[in-house]
Amino acid sequence: MSAKPMVSVTHARKVFDVSQPWLERVLSGQDKQMLVAVDDVSFTIKKGETFALVGESGSGKSTVARMVTGLLPASSGTFSIDDVPLDPEHGYPLALRRRLQMIFQDPYASLDPRWRVGQIIAEPMKAFGLARNEDEERARVSQLLKLVGLDPADAVKFPHQFSGGQRQRIAIARALASDADVIVCDEPTSALDVSVQAQILNLMKDLQRDLGLTLLFISHNLAVVRYMADVIGVMYLGRLVEVARVETLFAQPRHPYTRMLLDAVPDLAMSGRSRQPVQGEVPNPISPPSGCTFHPRCPLANTRCQTEIPLMVDGVACHAVQENRKA
Amino acid sequence: MTTLSAKSPVLELRNLVVEFVTRHGTLRALDGISFSIAPGEVLGVVGESGAGKSLTGAAVIGLLEPPGRIASGEVLLAGQRIDHLPIEELRHIRGKRIGTIFQDPLTSLDPLYRVGEQLIETIRTHLSVSEQEARARAIALLAEVGIPAPEKRIDGYPHEFSGGMRQRVVIALALAAEPELIIADEPTTALDVSVQAQIIAVLKKLCRERGTAVMLITHDMGVIAETADRVAVMYAGRVIEIGPVRDVVKSPKHPYAKGLMGSIPALDERPERLLQIEGAMPRLNAIPQGCAFHPRCPHVMPRCHEARPVLAPVGAGQVACFLHEVGQ
Repeated sequence: MSAKPMVSVTHARKVFDVSQPWLERVLSGQDKQMLVAVDDVSFTIKKGETFALVGESGSGKSTVARMVTGLLPASSGTFSIDDVPLDPEHGYPLALRRRLQMIFQDPYASLDPRWRVGQIIAEPMKAFGLARNEDEERARVSQLLKLVGLDPADAVKFPHQFSGGQRQRIAIARALASDADVIVCDEPTSALDVSVQAQILNLMKDLQRDLGLTLLFISHNLAVVRYMADVIGVMYLGRLVEVARVETLFAQPRHPYTRMLLDAVPDLAMSGRSRQPVQGEVPNPISPPSGCTFHPRCPLANTRCQTEIPLMVDGVACHAVQENRKA
Repeated sequence: MTTLSAKSPVLELRNLVVEFVTRHGTLRALDGISFSIAPGEVLGVVGESGAGKSLTGAAVIGLLEPPGRIASGEVLLAGQRIDHLPIEELRHIRGKRIGTIFQDPLTSLDPLYRVGEQLIETIRTHLSVSEQEARARAIALLAEVGIPAPEKRIDGYPHEFSGGMRQRVVIALALAAEPELIIADEPTTALDVSVQAQIIAVLKKLCRERGTAVMLITHDMGVIAETADRVAVMYAGRVIEIGPVRDVVKSPKHPYAKGLMGSIPALDERPERLLQIEGAMPRLNAIPQGCAFHPRCPHVMPRCHEARPVLAPVGAGQVACFLHEVGQ
């Protein structure tokens, strides 16, 4: 295993200005309102591995994904892929952009309804000048369609002729069209039925193994993440609270929030394990709690947690864990 | 099963058929649905998109969107047929005797009215109580569904509540007139997992305490495993397996139910591959002959192409599959 990370994110931060329009603000005497969507998020992904970000709505996981791809400019922090840094002004250099692709949640929104599937898949090749002529392009499209389990004859059809799962296959084929080796997947199966989800997850795993893809996988579903990921980062209100390898995280969750999340998942095995009743809901990110943002819901919180933001030490950002506090 | 037959069911569907008459012909969306729910029982109805689970709920409460209509079969509420009642009578039953909870709490609550006004209106429409009594009841209901400081929150507007709290208000609304049956269509799908667990707990506790029967429609097998007493698995407008939740979740009999359960990633183990059912649910205009699942079935036999299997007892449940007819 090479030590060099494929994807590296350091101290990523994103602040959104959610203020009222200027005039309204002045008239009502309000201050500017800032929403810190992501704060101090750092992680690396090894080549060929899957790093999953999990968290509830508003935890900032999709914002991280969009910053990594360069779709959303970060407020601060550095990003690099295969040691090529993301330039805050100009994004990634063209040679690298080819290698970085994204798969989105809603395959009904991510494919242009007026384009034929063949055109959709060929577009990245055109954009990066990868095919020398039309024959080569067509051959590559056929090959890609077969790779994702569709028929080469599907190239002449339109997206509306396909089901949700098939559309997601088209989106995957498009992502692979430019020979990308880093793929950012933002909830790729959340809009799909479970049996279709299984097809897509299996396909993504096969492709990753065969093509050596590095994946940043965003999901709210812990079971999906357990199946897909090598390393998992748990996010809460814009911060990473725990990062661990998949086996470790599920066997020994350390952060109280991770434990709560795992406890909240319905018990499909019907093992009758006792569940801790979950306390409260995610607070409003515009006015997050002081100190550790999880402290109002945390069974282990004390006065230190109310004032001091815990830093990530040894894979977990929690005073209680670091002090070895017990409930 | 024995305890169920002892009490007369709150809801009973007998061979319910729902059709959509369109320019391109008549589409059969529900094809002979039969099941019953006993008092205090939670029946989970699961299936993937297009299986007809929500349509079953809508047919029960008479809210089928035209051109959808009940073509044949019966819906019985506490032994009395309700599928052919006039709209006015059905509307009364809907609020009073059948409560409903939908996926998105914002569509069930009117944003222009305070939560309390909506609760009080519902209570007074169906029960003859004074304004003060209704308000006291509303506060008690909000407390029961776990809303902190209900005497203050009752005067709040829906937008002042978080997603989970709104869904609690919707549960309070559904319970306001002391219904015999609650139809909950994906009640936790729009919520985060940590909140989902709370809502399930509230729903379960209240229905147990009051003996309310629940028809819980969801695509989430986890929610079913946690909440339901029995489960009906639907495929292409038919019930293909029904039985005690433990049996269906842990050892499903029908090949589709098996595939469905195997395709769900689990928290406690990591398989090398997820079980995969090839293909997708058929469209309404192309439901295969015979067993609707046969083109995707790994155990397909010649007769599956022609004859349609009916629900037959297997163990404590019922399965519609020729594989399980062998012993008969």
